Amino acid sequence: MEQLLEILENLHPGMNIGENDDLIGSGLLDSLDIVTLITEINSTFDVNIPAEEILPENFCSAKAIYALIQRLDEV
Amino acid sequence: MRFTSLAFLAFAALTVLLYYLFPKAKRWWVLLVADYVFYFFAGKEFLPFILFTTLVTYSFARWMQALTDRESRYLEEHRDSLSKEERKAVRSKYKTHRRWVLVSGAILGFGMLAILKYTGFIVSIFRSSGIPNLILPLGISFYTFQSMGYLIDVSRGKVAAERNFFKTALFVSFFPQLVQGPISRFADLEPQLIEGHPFDSFNLRAGLLRAAYGYFKKMVVADTAMIAVQTLAARSDELTGGYVVLLILLYSVVIYGDFTGGIDIALGIAEMLGIHPAENFNRPFSSRSVKEYWNRWHITMGSWFTDYVFYPLSVSIPMQKLSKWSRAHLGQALGKRIPVYLATIFTWFLTGLWHGAGWNFIVWGLLNCLLLLVSQELKPLWSLWQTKFPKLCASTPWHLWQATRTFLLMGLIRSLDVYRNVPKTFRLWGTIFSTFNWGEIFSGGWLRLGLGIADYAVLAGGILIIFLVSQLGKAETPLRERTAKKPVLTVFLLGAFVCVILIFGTYGIGYNAGDFIYRTF
Repeated sequence: MEQLLEILENLHPGMNIGENDDLIGSGLLDSLDIVTLITEINSTFDVNIPAEEILPENFCSAKAIYALIQRLDEV
Repeated sequence: MRFTSLAFLAFAALTVLLYYLFPKAKRWWVLLVADYVFYFFAGKEFLPFILFTTLVTYSFARWMQALTDRESRYLEEHRDSLSKEERKAVRSKYKTHRRWVLVSGAILGFGMLAILKYTGFIVSIFRSSGIPNLILPLGISFYTFQSMGYLIDVSRGKVAAERNFFKTALFVSFFPQLVQGPISRFADLEPQLIEGHPFDSFNLRAGLLRAAYGYFKKMVVADTAMIAVQTLAARSDELTGGYVVLLILLYSVVIYGDFTGGIDIALGIAEMLGIHPAENFNRPFSSRSVKEYWNRWHITMGSWFTDYVFYPLSVSIPMQKLSKWSRAHLGQALGKRIPVYLATIFTWFLTGLWHGAGWNFIVWGLLNCLLLLVSQELKPLWSLWQTKFPKLCASTPWHLWQATRTFLLMGLIRSLDVYRNVPKTFRLWGTIFSTFNWGEIFSGGWLRLGLGIADYAVLAGGILIIFLVSQLGKAETPLRERTAKKPVLTVFLLGAFVCVILIFGTYGIGYNAGDFIYRTF
Protein backbone atom coordinates (compact mmCIF):
# COMPACT_ATOMS: atom_id res chain seq x y z
CA MET A 1 0.00 0.00 0.00
CA GLU A 2 2.84 2.39 0.81
CA GLN A 3 4.29 1.95 -2.68
CA LEU A 4 0.88 2.68 -4.19
CA LEU A 5 0.39 5.82 -2.09
CA GLU A 6 3.85 6.95 -3.17
CA ILE A 7 2.89 6.51 -6.85
CA LEU A 8 -0.33 8.45 -6.26
CA GLU A 9 1.49 11.24 -4.46
CA ASN A 10 4.04 11.44 -7.28
CA LEU A 11 1.16 12.08 -9.66
CA HIS A 12 0.12 15.08 -7.60
CA PRO A 13 3.18 16.34 -5.75
CA GLY A 14 2.34 18.12 -2.54
CA MET A 15 -0.91 16.20 -2.00
CA ASN A 16 -1.26 13.93 0.99
CA ILE A 17 -3.43 11.06 -0.19
CA GLY A 18 -5.00 8.66 2.31
CA GLU A 19 -6.12 5.07 1.73
CA ASN A 20 -9.81 5.94 1.66
CA ASP A 21 -9.71 9.36 -0.01
CA ASP A 22 -12.18 9.71 -2.89
CA LEU A 23 -9.96 9.96 -5.97
CA ILE A 24 -12.64 10.24 -8.64
CA GLY A 25 -15.36 12.30 -6.98
CA SER A 26 -12.75 14.82 -5.84
CA GLY A 27 -11.41 15.12 -9.39
CA LEU A 28 -7.93 13.98 -8.33
CA LEU A 29 -7.76 11.31 -11.02
CA ASP A 30 -8.58 12.22 -14.60
CA SER A 31 -8.06 10.02 -17.66
CA LEU A 32 -4.48 11.31 -18.01
CA ASP A 33 -3.66 10.32 -14.42
CA ILE A 34 -5.38 6.93 -14.69
CA VAL A 35 -3.29 5.92 -17.70
CA THR A 36 -0.04 7.14 -16.06
CA LEU A 37 -1.02 5.41 -12.83
CA ILE A 38 -1.65 2.11 -14.63
CA THR A 39 1.77 2.28 -16.32
CA GLU A 40 3.42 2.85 -12.93
CA ILE A 41 1.44 0.13 -11.18
CA ASN A 42 2.13 -2.41 -13.93
CA SER A 43 5.87 -1.90 -13.69
CA THR A 44 6.05 -1.62 -9.87
CA PHE A 45 3.76 -4.54 -8.96
CA ASP A 46 4.42 -6.72 -12.02
CA VAL A 47 0.73 -7.01 -12.87
CA ASN A 48 -1.18 -6.11 -16.00
CA ILE A 49 -4.25 -3.95 -15.49
CA PRO A 50 -6.36 -4.49 -18.61
CA ALA A 51 -8.64 -1.83 -20.09
CA GLU A 52 -11.78 -3.66 -18.94
CA GLU A 53 -10.76 -3.09 -15.31
CA ILE A 54 -10.79 0.69 -15.75
CA LEU A 55 -14.01 1.14 -13.84
CA PRO A 56 -14.90 3.82 -11.26
CA GLU A 57 -15.24 1.19 -8.51
CA ASN A 58 -11.65 0.01 -9.12
CA PHE A 59 -10.10 3.50 -9.04
CA CYS A 60 -12.27 5.36 -6.53
CA SER A 61 -9.69 5.13 -3.72
CA ALA A 62 -6.17 3.88 -3.00
CA LYS A 63 -7.77 0.98 -1.12
CA ALA A 64 -9.85 -0.01 -4.17
CA ILE A 65 -6.80 0.21 -6.46
CA TYR A 66 -4.81 -1.94 -4.06
CA ALA A 67 -7.60 -4.52 -3.95
CA LEU A 68 -7.56 -4.60 -7.76
CA ILE A 69 -3.78 -5.16 -7.79
CA GLN A 70 -4.10 -8.02 -5.30
CA ARG A 71 -6.95 -9.60 -7.26
CA LEU A 72 -5.01 -9.44 -10.53
CA ASP A 73 -1.91 -10.81 -8.85
CA GLU A 74 -3.82 -13.81 -7.53
CA VAL A 75 -5.45 -14.72 -10.84
CA MET B 1 -40.10 2.67 -44.03
CA ARG B 2 -39.41 6.02 -42.39
CA PHE B 3 -40.02 6.85 -38.74
CA THR B 4 -42.13 9.81 -39.86
CA SER B 5 -44.37 7.85 -42.24
CA LEU B 6 -47.91 6.76 -41.47
CA ALA B 7 -46.88 3.24 -42.49
CA PHE B 8 -44.31 3.23 -39.67
CA LEU B 9 -46.86 4.44 -37.12
CA ALA B 10 -49.19 1.61 -38.16
CA PHE B 11 -46.30 -0.86 -38.09
CA ALA B 12 -45.19 0.23 -34.59
CA ALA B 13 -48.77 0.07 -33.26
CA LEU B 14 -49.24 -3.42 -34.73
CA THR B 15 -45.93 -4.59 -33.26
CA VAL B 16 -46.91 -3.37 -29.78
CA LEU B 17 -50.34 -5.00 -30.10
CA LEU B 18 -48.95 -8.35 -31.31
CA TYR B 19 -46.23 -8.29 -28.67
CA TYR B 20 -48.76 -8.31 -25.86
CA LEU B 21 -51.10 -10.78 -27.63
CA PHE B 22 -48.39 -13.45 -27.76
CA PRO B 23 -47.48 -15.62 -24.76
CA LYS B 24 -44.69 -14.05 -22.69
CA ALA B 25 -42.11 -16.69 -23.60
CA LYS B 26 -42.67 -16.10 -27.33
CA ARG B 27 -42.77 -12.30 -27.28
CA TRP B 28 -39.17 -11.90 -28.38
CA TRP B 29 -40.07 -13.68 -31.61
CA VAL B 30 -42.56 -10.88 -32.37
CA LEU B 31 -39.71 -8.38 -31.97
CA LEU B 32 -37.39 -10.36 -34.23
CA VAL B 33 -40.00 -10.70 -36.98
CA ALA B 34 -40.84 -6.98 -36.61
CA ASP B 35 -37.12 -6.12 -36.95
CA TYR B 36 -36.81 -7.94 -40.22
CA VAL B 37 -40.13 -6.66 -41.59
CA PHE B 38 -38.98 -3.13 -40.76
CA TYR B 39 -35.60 -3.72 -42.35
CA PHE B 40 -37.15 -5.36 -45.43
CA PHE B 41 -39.32 -2.31 -46.06
CA ALA B 42 -36.43 0.05 -45.31
CA GLY B 43 -34.59 -1.61 -48.21
CA LYS B 44 -34.51 -5.32 -48.92
CA GLU B 45 -31.07 -4.90 -50.53
CA PHE B 46 -29.75 -4.09 -47.02
CA LEU B 47 -30.73 -7.49 -45.60
CA PRO B 48 -27.63 -9.51 -46.65
CA PHE B 49 -25.40 -7.05 -44.78
CA ILE B 50 -27.19 -7.21 -41.45
CA LEU B 51 -27.40 -11.00 -41.80
CA PHE B 52 -23.65 -11.13 -42.42
CA THR B 53 -22.96 -9.03 -39.30
CA THR B 54 -25.30 -11.25 -37.28
CA LEU B 55 -23.60 -14.40 -38.51
CA VAL B 56 -20.13 -13.03 -37.72
CA THR B 57 -21.28 -11.81 -34.30
CA TYR B 58 -22.91 -15.11 -33.40
CA SER B 59 -20.17 -17.45 -34.63
CA PHE B 60 -17.19 -15.51 -33.28
CA ALA B 61 -18.87 -14.96 -29.91
CA ARG B 62 -19.57 -18.70 -29.68
CA TRP B 63 -15.99 -19.48 -30.69
CA MET B 64 -14.59 -17.24 -27.93
CA GLN B 65 -17.03 -18.68 -25.42
CA ALA B 66 -15.87 -22.20 -26.31
CA LEU B 67 -12.30 -21.13 -25.54
CA THR B 68 -13.34 -19.58 -22.23
CA ASP B 69 -15.24 -22.74 -21.26
CA ARG B 70 -12.27 -24.93 -22.22
CA GLU B 71 -9.96 -22.71 -20.14
CA SER B 72 -12.26 -22.93 -17.11
CA ARG B 73 -12.56 -26.72 -17.42
CA TYR B 74 -8.80 -27.13 -17.70
CA LEU B 75 -8.11 -24.91 -14.69
CA GLU B 76 -10.77 -26.72 -12.67
CA GLU B 77 -9.47 -30.16 -13.56
CA HIS B 78 -5.87 -29.17 -12.72
CA ARG B 79 -6.66 -26.96 -9.78
CA ASP B 80 -4.38 -28.81 -7.36
CA SER B 81 -1.50 -29.56 -9.69
CA LEU B 82 -0.89 -26.11 -11.22
CA SER B 83 1.28 -23.47 -9.59
CA LYS B 84 0.26 -19.81 -9.60
CA GLU B 85 2.64 -19.09 -12.51
CA GLU B 86 1.34 -22.05 -14.49
CA ARG B 87 -2.26 -20.90 -13.98
CA LYS B 88 -1.29 -17.46 -15.21
CA ALA B 89 0.39 -19.00 -18.26
CA VAL B 90 -2.76 -21.00 -19.09
CA ARG B 91 -4.94 -17.90 -18.77
CA SER B 92 -2.54 -15.91 -20.88
CA LYS B 93 -2.52 -18.59 -23.61
CA TYR B 94 -6.32 -18.65 -23.83
CA LYS B 95 -6.52 -14.87 -23.66
CA THR B 96 -4.17 -14.59 -26.63
CA HIS B 97 -6.19 -17.18 -28.52
CA ARG B 98 -9.44 -15.29 -27.79
CA ARG B 99 -7.81 -12.07 -28.87
CA TRP B 100 -6.98 -13.54 -32.28
CA VAL B 101 -10.54 -14.75 -32.69
CA LEU B 102 -11.76 -11.28 -31.71
CA VAL B 103 -9.41 -9.60 -34.19
CA SER B 104 -10.63 -11.92 -36.97
CA GLY B 105 -14.29 -11.20 -36.13
CA ALA B 106 -13.61 -7.47 -35.92
CA ILE B 107 -11.85 -7.50 -39.29
CA LEU B 108 -14.93 -9.09 -40.84
CA GLY B 109 -17.42 -6.85 -39.03
CA PHE B 110 -15.61 -3.54 -39.31
CA GLY B 111 -14.20 -4.61 -42.69
CA MET B 112 -17.64 -4.70 -44.26
CA LEU B 113 -18.46 -1.31 -42.75
CA ALA B 114 -15.15 0.10 -43.99
CA ILE B 115 -15.59 -1.21 -47.53
CA LEU B 116 -19.16 0.04 -47.89
CA LYS B 117 -18.68 3.36 -46.14
CA TYR B 118 -15.14 4.44 -46.94
CA THR B 119 -14.13 2.95 -50.34
CA GLY B 120 -15.51 5.93 -52.24
CA PHE B 121 -13.75 8.38 -49.92
CA ILE B 122 -10.40 6.59 -50.10
CA VAL B 123 -10.57 6.31 -53.89
CA SER B 124 -11.50 10.01 -54.12
CA ILE B 125 -8.24 10.91 -52.33
CA PHE B 126 -6.24 9.39 -55.17
CA ARG B 127 -8.36 10.21 -58.20
CA SER B 128 -11.19 12.56 -59.06
CA SER B 129 -13.24 10.38 -61.43
CA GLY B 130 -14.65 6.87 -61.43
CA ILE B 131 -15.36 6.96 -57.71
CA PRO B 132 -17.47 3.93 -56.73
CA ASN B 133 -20.78 4.74 -55.12
CA LEU B 134 -21.49 1.75 -52.89
CA ILE B 135 -24.69 0.95 -51.07
CA LEU B 136 -24.81 2.13 -47.42
CA PRO B 137 -27.21 -0.10 -45.49
CA LEU B 138 -29.51 1.60 -42.99
CA GLY B 139 -28.00 1.87 -39.52
CA ILE B 140 -24.83 -0.06 -40.44
CA SER B 141 -22.57 2.12 -38.25
CA PHE B 142 -24.89 1.60 -35.30
CA TYR B 143 -25.47 -2.13 -35.53
CA THR B 144 -21.83 -2.84 -36.39
CA PHE B 145 -20.57 -0.94 -33.34
CA GLN B 146 -23.18 -2.53 -31.09
CA SER B 147 -22.27 -6.02 -32.35
CA MET B 148 -18.52 -5.49 -32.14
CA GLY B 149 -18.90 -4.11 -28.61
CA TYR B 150 -20.62 -7.38 -27.72
CA LEU B 151 -17.75 -9.41 -29.24
CA ILE B 152 -15.22 -7.42 -27.18
CA ASP B 153 -17.28 -8.00 -24.03
CA VAL B 154 -17.34 -11.74 -24.71
CA SER B 155 -13.56 -11.78 -25.29
CA ARG B 156 -13.09 -9.98 -21.96
CA GLY B 157 -15.38 -12.45 -20.20
CA LYS B 158 -17.78 -9.66 -19.22
CA VAL B 159 -20.73 -11.47 -20.78
CA ALA B 160 -21.37 -15.05 -21.83
CA ALA B 161 -21.99 -15.59 -25.54
CA GLU B 162 -25.61 -16.09 -26.52
CA ARG B 163 -26.27 -19.71 -27.55
CA ASN B 164 -29.33 -18.99 -29.65
CA PHE B 165 -28.64 -17.53 -33.11
CA PHE B 166 -32.07 -15.88 -33.33
CA LYS B 167 -31.61 -14.15 -29.99
CA THR B 168 -28.29 -12.77 -31.23
CA ALA B 169 -30.10 -11.62 -34.38
CA LEU B 170 -32.61 -9.78 -32.21
CA PHE B 171 -29.84 -7.98 -30.31
CA VAL B 172 -28.19 -6.87 -33.57
CA SER B 173 -31.39 -5.71 -35.26
CA PHE B 174 -33.79 -4.32 -32.61
CA PHE B 175 -35.79 -2.05 -34.94
CA PRO B 176 -36.32 1.13 -32.86
CA GLN B 177 -32.53 1.45 -32.52
CA LEU B 178 -31.64 0.62 -36.11
CA VAL B 179 -32.05 4.09 -37.58
CA GLN B 180 -29.80 6.09 -35.27
CA GLY B 181 -29.06 4.20 -32.09
CA PRO B 182 -28.53 4.37 -29.16
CA ILE B 183 -25.60 1.95 -29.28
CA SER B 184 -26.55 -0.49 -26.55
CA ARG B 185 -24.46 -2.93 -24.54
CA PHE B 186 -25.35 -6.60 -24.66
CA ALA B 187 -25.52 -6.97 -20.87
CA ASP B 188 -28.08 -4.14 -20.67
CA LEU B 189 -30.25 -4.80 -23.70
CA GLU B 190 -30.31 -8.53 -24.42
CA PRO B 191 -32.01 -9.68 -21.19
CA GLN B 192 -34.67 -7.00 -21.71
CA LEU B 193 -35.30 -8.12 -25.28
CA ILE B 194 -35.66 -11.76 -24.39
CA GLU B 195 -37.81 -11.29 -21.29
CA GLY B 196 -41.51 -11.27 -22.09
CA HIS B 197 -42.67 -8.05 -20.47
CA PRO B 198 -46.17 -7.92 -19.02
CA PHE B 199 -48.49 -5.23 -20.32
CA ASP B 200 -48.24 -2.07 -18.26
CA SER B 201 -50.49 0.87 -19.10
CA PHE B 202 -47.99 3.23 -17.47
CA ASN B 203 -45.24 2.07 -19.87
CA LEU B 204 -47.62 2.53 -22.76
CA ARG B 205 -48.54 6.07 -21.74
CA ALA B 206 -44.94 7.04 -20.93
CA GLY B 207 -43.72 5.56 -24.22
CA LEU B 208 -46.44 7.25 -26.24
CA LEU B 209 -45.65 10.60 -24.62
CA ARG B 210 -41.97 10.21 -25.33
CA ALA B 211 -42.50 9.18 -28.95
CA ALA B 212 -44.99 12.03 -29.51
CA TYR B 213 -42.53 14.51 -28.03
CA GLY B 214 -39.86 13.09 -30.34
CA TYR B 215 -42.09 13.62 -33.38
CA PHE B 216 -42.77 17.16 -32.18
CA LYS B 217 -39.03 17.90 -31.89
CA LYS B 218 -38.33 16.36 -35.27
CA MET B 219 -41.26 17.55 -37.39
CA VAL B 220 -42.13 20.90 -35.83
CA VAL B 221 -38.74 22.17 -34.68
CA ALA B 222 -35.91 20.44 -36.55
CA ASP B 223 -37.55 20.17 -39.96
CA THR B 224 -38.76 23.78 -39.86
CA ALA B 225 -35.30 25.11 -38.98
CA MET B 226 -33.79 22.78 -41.59
CA ILE B 227 -35.49 24.74 -44.40
CA ALA B 228 -33.47 27.84 -43.50
CA VAL B 229 -30.30 25.81 -42.95
CA GLN B 230 -30.62 24.30 -46.43
CA THR B 231 -31.03 27.76 -47.95
CA LEU B 232 -28.03 29.08 -46.02
CA ALA B 233 -25.92 26.11 -47.15
CA ALA B 234 -27.05 26.24 -50.78
CA ARG B 235 -26.29 29.97 -51.05
CA SER B 236 -23.22 29.96 -48.84
CA ASP B 237 -21.18 31.99 -51.35
CA GLU B 238 -23.39 35.03 -50.84
CA LEU B 239 -24.79 34.34 -47.35
CA THR B 240 -21.66 35.03 -45.33
CA GLY B 241 -20.83 36.97 -42.14
CA GLY B 242 -23.84 37.14 -39.83
CA TYR B 243 -25.61 34.49 -41.90
CA VAL B 244 -22.91 32.00 -40.85
CA VAL B 245 -23.76 32.75 -37.21
CA LEU B 246 -27.42 32.27 -38.09
CA LEU B 247 -26.59 28.91 -39.64
CA ILE B 248 -24.63 27.87 -36.56
CA LEU B 249 -27.59 28.70 -34.31
CA LEU B 250 -30.23 27.18 -36.57
CA TYR B 251 -28.25 24.01 -37.25
CA SER B 252 -27.80 23.51 -33.51
CA VAL B 253 -31.59 23.60 -33.25
CA VAL B 254 -31.87 21.18 -36.19
CA ILE B 255 -29.39 18.63 -34.91
CA TYR B 256 -30.83 18.74 -31.39
CA GLY B 257 -34.44 18.32 -32.56
CA ASP B 258 -33.52 15.75 -35.17
CA PHE B 259 -31.22 13.52 -33.14
CA THR B 260 -32.80 13.76 -29.69
CA GLY B 261 -36.23 13.61 -31.34
CA GLY B 262 -35.28 10.43 -33.21
CA ILE B 263 -33.93 8.88 -30.03
CA ASP B 264 -37.12 9.86 -28.17
CA ILE B 265 -39.17 8.07 -30.83
CA ALA B 266 -36.93 4.99 -30.60
CA LEU B 267 -36.89 4.88 -26.80
CA GLY B 268 -40.60 5.71 -26.63
CA ILE B 269 -41.49 2.71 -28.81
CA ALA B 270 -39.14 0.51 -26.78
CA GLU B 271 -40.75 1.75 -23.56
CA MET B 272 -44.20 0.76 -24.81
CA LEU B 273 -42.77 -2.76 -25.09
CA GLY B 274 -41.38 -2.57 -21.55
CA ILE B 275 -37.81 -2.20 -22.83
CA HIS B 276 -35.49 0.57 -21.62
CA PRO B 277 -32.33 0.91 -23.75
CA ALA B 278 -29.54 3.22 -22.59
CA GLU B 279 -30.20 6.97 -22.61
CA ASN B 280 -28.25 8.92 -25.22
CA PHE B 281 -28.65 12.52 -23.97
CA ASN B 282 -28.66 14.43 -20.74
CA ARG B 283 -29.52 18.08 -21.51
CA PRO B 284 -26.30 18.53 -23.53
CA PHE B 285 -26.79 22.21 -24.40
CA SER B 286 -26.52 23.20 -20.74
CA SER B 287 -22.96 21.78 -20.59
CA ARG B 288 -20.41 24.22 -19.22
CA SER B 289 -17.37 22.65 -20.89
CA VAL B 290 -16.57 20.62 -23.99
CA LYS B 291 -15.72 17.62 -21.82
CA GLU B 292 -19.07 17.86 -20.06
CA TYR B 293 -20.82 18.26 -23.41
CA TRP B 294 -19.37 14.95 -24.60
CA ASN B 295 -20.53 13.27 -21.40
CA ARG B 296 -24.06 14.45 -22.19
CA TRP B 297 -24.37 14.28 -25.99
CA HIS B 298 -24.55 10.96 -27.89
CA ILE B 299 -23.54 9.29 -24.62
CA THR B 300 -23.59 5.71 -25.92
CA MET B 301 -21.22 6.49 -28.78
CA GLY B 302 -18.85 8.40 -26.48
CA SER B 303 -18.74 5.58 -23.93
CA TRP B 304 -18.22 3.04 -26.73
CA PHE B 305 -15.13 4.87 -27.95
CA THR B 306 -13.85 5.39 -24.39
CA ASP B 307 -14.27 1.77 -23.33
CA TYR B 308 -13.28 0.02 -26.55
CA VAL B 309 -10.75 2.39 -28.15
CA PHE B 310 -9.33 5.03 -25.81
CA TYR B 311 -8.60 2.95 -22.69
CA PRO B 312 -7.39 -0.22 -24.46
CA LEU B 313 -5.09 1.89 -26.62
CA SER B 314 -3.87 4.03 -23.71
CA VAL B 315 -2.93 1.07 -21.54
CA SER B 316 -1.68 -1.19 -24.35
CA ILE B 317 1.86 -2.53 -23.97
CA PRO B 318 3.33 -0.38 -26.81
CA MET B 319 1.77 2.73 -25.26
CA GLN B 320 3.13 1.82 -21.83
CA LYS B 321 6.57 1.40 -23.32
CA LEU B 322 6.19 4.75 -25.06
CA SER B 323 5.06 6.28 -21.79
CA LYS B 324 8.13 5.01 -19.94
CA TRP B 325 10.46 6.06 -22.74
CA SER B 326 8.97 9.52 -23.11
CA ARG B 327 9.04 10.17 -19.36
CA ALA B 328 12.67 9.07 -19.18
CA HIS B 329 13.75 11.14 -22.18
CA LEU B 330 11.36 14.06 -22.29
CA GLY B 331 10.61 14.61 -18.62
CA GLN B 332 7.61 13.73 -16.44
CA ALA B 333 5.32 16.55 -17.57
CA LEU B 334 5.61 16.02 -21.32
CA GLY B 335 6.34 12.29 -21.12
CA LYS B 336 3.13 11.30 -19.38
CA ARG B 337 1.07 13.34 -21.82
CA ILE B 338 2.38 11.84 -25.05
CA PRO B 339 0.71 8.37 -24.94
CA VAL B 340 -2.60 9.71 -23.59
CA TYR B 341 -2.74 12.53 -26.09
CA LEU B 342 -1.86 10.19 -28.94
CA ALA B 343 -4.68 7.86 -27.86
CA THR B 344 -7.04 10.86 -27.60
CA ILE B 345 -6.14 12.08 -31.09
CA PHE B 346 -6.61 8.61 -32.56
CA THR B 347 -9.93 8.15 -30.77
CA TRP B 348 -11.28 11.45 -32.07
CA PHE B 349 -9.99 10.75 -35.55
CA LEU B 350 -12.03 7.51 -35.49
CA THR B 351 -15.02 9.32 -33.98
CA GLY B 352 -14.95 11.77 -36.87
CA LEU B 353 -14.60 8.96 -39.38
CA TRP B 354 -17.48 7.07 -37.75
CA HIS B 355 -19.76 10.02 -38.52
CA GLY B 356 -18.99 9.91 -42.21
CA ALA B 357 -16.51 9.39 -44.99
CA GLY B 358 -15.25 12.89 -45.62
CA TRP B 359 -12.57 15.35 -44.57
CA ASN B 360 -15.19 17.54 -42.92
CA PHE B 361 -15.98 14.74 -40.45
CA ILE B 362 -12.31 14.01 -39.76
CA VAL B 363 -11.54 17.70 -39.18
CA TRP B 364 -14.65 17.96 -37.00
CA GLY B 365 -13.38 15.08 -34.83
CA LEU B 366 -9.88 16.53 -34.59
CA LEU B 367 -11.19 19.99 -33.67
CA ASN B 368 -13.20 18.43 -30.85
CA CYS B 369 -9.99 16.71 -29.75
CA LEU B 370 -8.07 20.00 -29.92
CA LEU B 371 -10.64 21.73 -27.73
CA LEU B 372 -10.49 18.90 -25.19
CA LEU B 373 -6.70 18.90 -25.07
CA VAL B 374 -6.50 22.68 -24.78
CA SER B 375 -9.05 22.52 -21.93
CA GLN B 376 -6.92 19.87 -20.25
CA GLU B 377 -3.81 22.02 -20.54
CA LEU B 378 -5.61 25.08 -19.24
CA LYS B 379 -6.84 23.24 -16.14
CA PRO B 380 -4.16 24.69 -13.79
CA LEU B 381 -4.97 28.19 -15.03
CA TRP B 382 -8.66 27.55 -14.52
CA SER B 383 -8.02 26.28 -10.96
CA LEU B 384 -6.08 29.50 -10.25
CA TRP B 385 -8.97 31.56 -11.64
CA GLN B 386 -11.43 29.69 -9.41
CA THR B 387 -9.24 30.31 -6.36
CA LYS B 388 -8.99 34.03 -7.15
CA PHE B 389 -12.69 34.56 -7.97
CA PRO B 390 -14.67 31.88 -6.11
CA LYS B 391 -17.89 33.94 -5.88
CA LEU B 392 -17.91 34.80 -9.57
CA CYS B 393 -17.25 31.17 -10.58
CA ALA B 394 -20.18 29.97 -8.46
CA SER B 395 -22.61 32.57 -9.84
CA THR B 396 -25.43 31.85 -12.30
CA PRO B 397 -24.32 34.48 -14.87
CA TRP B 398 -20.90 32.83 -15.00
CA HIS B 399 -22.48 29.39 -15.50
CA LEU B 400 -24.66 30.86 -18.25
CA TRP B 401 -21.61 32.34 -19.93
CA GLN B 402 -19.83 28.96 -19.78
CA ALA B 403 -22.85 27.13 -21.24
CA THR B 404 -23.22 29.75 -24.01
CA ARG B 405 -19.52 29.54 -24.85
CA THR B 406 -19.67 25.73 -25.05
CA PHE B 407 -22.85 25.84 -27.13
CA LEU B 408 -21.32 28.30 -29.61
CA LEU B 409 -18.01 26.43 -29.86
CA MET B 410 -19.77 23.13 -30.52
CA GLY B 411 -22.11 24.83 -32.99
CA LEU B 412 -19.21 26.45 -34.81
CA ILE B 413 -17.35 23.21 -35.49
CA ARG B 414 -20.62 21.38 -36.17
CA SER B 415 -21.17 23.71 -39.14
CA LEU B 416 -18.52 21.63 -40.94
CA ASP B 417 -21.30 19.07 -41.18
CA VAL B 418 -23.45 21.50 -43.18
CA TYR B 419 -20.93 23.13 -45.52
CA ARG B 420 -19.17 19.77 -46.08
CA ASN B 421 -16.05 21.48 -47.42
CA VAL B 422 -13.25 22.20 -44.97
CA PRO B 423 -11.43 25.15 -46.65
CA LYS B 424 -14.76 26.76 -47.51
CA THR B 425 -16.02 26.36 -43.93
CA PHE B 426 -12.86 27.97 -42.56
CA ARG B 427 -13.29 30.87 -45.03
CA LEU B 428 -16.91 31.28 -43.95
CA TRP B 429 -15.88 31.29 -40.28
CA GLY B 430 -13.47 34.10 -41.18
CA THR B 431 -16.31 36.17 -42.67
CA ILE B 432 -18.04 36.22 -39.26
CA PHE B 433 -15.35 38.71 -38.22
CA SER B 434 -14.83 40.44 -41.57
CA THR B 435 -18.33 40.86 -43.04
CA PHE B 436 -20.66 42.94 -40.91
CA ASN B 437 -24.03 42.41 -42.59
CA TRP B 438 -26.23 42.26 -39.51
CA GLY B 439 -28.14 45.31 -40.74
CA GLU B 440 -29.09 43.49 -43.91
CA ILE B 441 -30.11 40.38 -41.94
CA PHE B 442 -32.32 42.30 -39.52
CA SER B 443 -33.85 44.44 -42.24
CA GLY B 444 -35.36 41.42 -43.97
CA GLY B 445 -32.53 39.03 -44.84
CA TRP B 446 -33.73 36.53 -42.23
CA LEU B 447 -37.09 36.37 -44.01
CA ARG B 448 -35.52 35.37 -47.32
CA LEU B 449 -34.29 31.98 -46.09
CA GLY B 450 -37.44 30.02 -46.86
CA LEU B 451 -39.13 30.81 -43.54
CA GLY B 452 -41.77 33.47 -42.87
CA ILE B 453 -42.54 35.29 -39.62
CA ALA B 454 -45.13 32.62 -38.74
CA ASP B 455 -42.49 29.88 -39.23
CA TYR B 456 -40.04 31.69 -36.96
CA ALA B 457 -42.82 32.11 -34.39
CA VAL B 458 -43.48 28.34 -34.50
CA LEU B 459 -39.76 27.70 -34.17
CA ALA B 460 -39.46 30.06 -31.21
CA GLY B 461 -42.47 28.43 -29.54
CA GLY B 462 -41.00 24.98 -30.14
CA ILE B 463 -37.63 25.95 -28.71
CA LEU B 464 -39.35 27.48 -25.68
CA ILE B 465 -41.31 24.27 -25.07
CA ILE B 466 -38.13 22.17 -25.39
CA PHE B 467 -36.33 24.49 -22.97
CA LEU B 468 -39.16 24.36 -20.42
CA VAL B 469 -39.48 20.57 -20.66
CA SER B 470 -35.71 20.29 -20.22
CA GLN B 471 -35.81 22.52 -17.12
CA LEU B 472 -38.79 20.66 -15.63
CA GLY B 473 -37.02 17.37 -16.35
CA LYS B 474 -34.28 18.19 -13.82
CA ALA B 475 -36.40 16.81 -10.97
CA GLU B 476 -35.70 13.39 -9.48
CA THR B 477 -38.74 11.87 -11.21
CA PRO B 478 -38.69 12.87 -14.89
CA LEU B 479 -41.53 15.09 -16.08
CA ARG B 480 -42.74 12.42 -18.50
CA GLU B 481 -43.10 9.86 -15.74
CA ARG B 482 -44.99 12.29 -13.53
CA THR B 483 -47.30 13.07 -16.45
CA ALA B 484 -47.79 9.44 -17.49
CA LYS B 485 -49.17 8.66 -14.03
CA LYS B 486 -52.19 10.78 -14.96
CA PRO B 487 -54.12 9.08 -17.81
CA VAL B 488 -56.41 12.05 -18.59
CA LEU B 489 -53.50 14.48 -18.79
CA THR B 490 -51.59 12.00 -20.98
CA VAL B 491 -54.46 11.71 -23.45
CA PHE B 492 -54.85 15.49 -23.51
CA LEU B 493 -51.13 16.01 -24.17
CA LEU B 494 -51.02 13.33 -26.85
CA GLY B 495 -53.95 15.01 -28.58
CA ALA B 496 -52.21 18.36 -28.28
CA PHE B 497 -49.00 16.96 -29.78
CA VAL B 498 -50.90 15.44 -32.71
CA CYS B 499 -52.70 18.75 -33.37
CA VAL B 500 -49.48 20.79 -33.11
CA ILE B 501 -47.63 18.41 -35.46
CA LEU B 502 -50.52 18.40 -37.97
CA ILE B 503 -50.87 22.20 -37.91
CA PHE B 504 -47.26 23.33 -37.53
CA GLY B 505 -45.23 20.32 -38.61
CA THR B 506 -43.17 20.19 -41.77
CA TYR B 507 -44.47 17.40 -43.93
CA GLY B 508 -46.43 16.63 -47.07
CA ILE B 509 -45.71 17.22 -50.75
CA GLY B 510 -42.62 19.31 -51.34
CA TYR B 511 -40.91 18.41 -48.09
CA ASN B 512 -38.77 15.45 -47.24
CA ALA B 513 -39.38 15.30 -43.52
CA GLY B 514 -38.50 11.68 -43.19
CA ASP B 515 -34.75 11.37 -43.11
CA PHE B 516 -32.90 11.79 -39.86
CA ILE B 517 -29.42 13.25 -40.09
CA TYR B 518 -27.82 10.47 -38.04
CA ARG B 519 -29.52 7.90 -40.26
CA THR B 520 -26.76 8.53 -42.80
CA PHE B 521 -23.88 8.18 -40.31
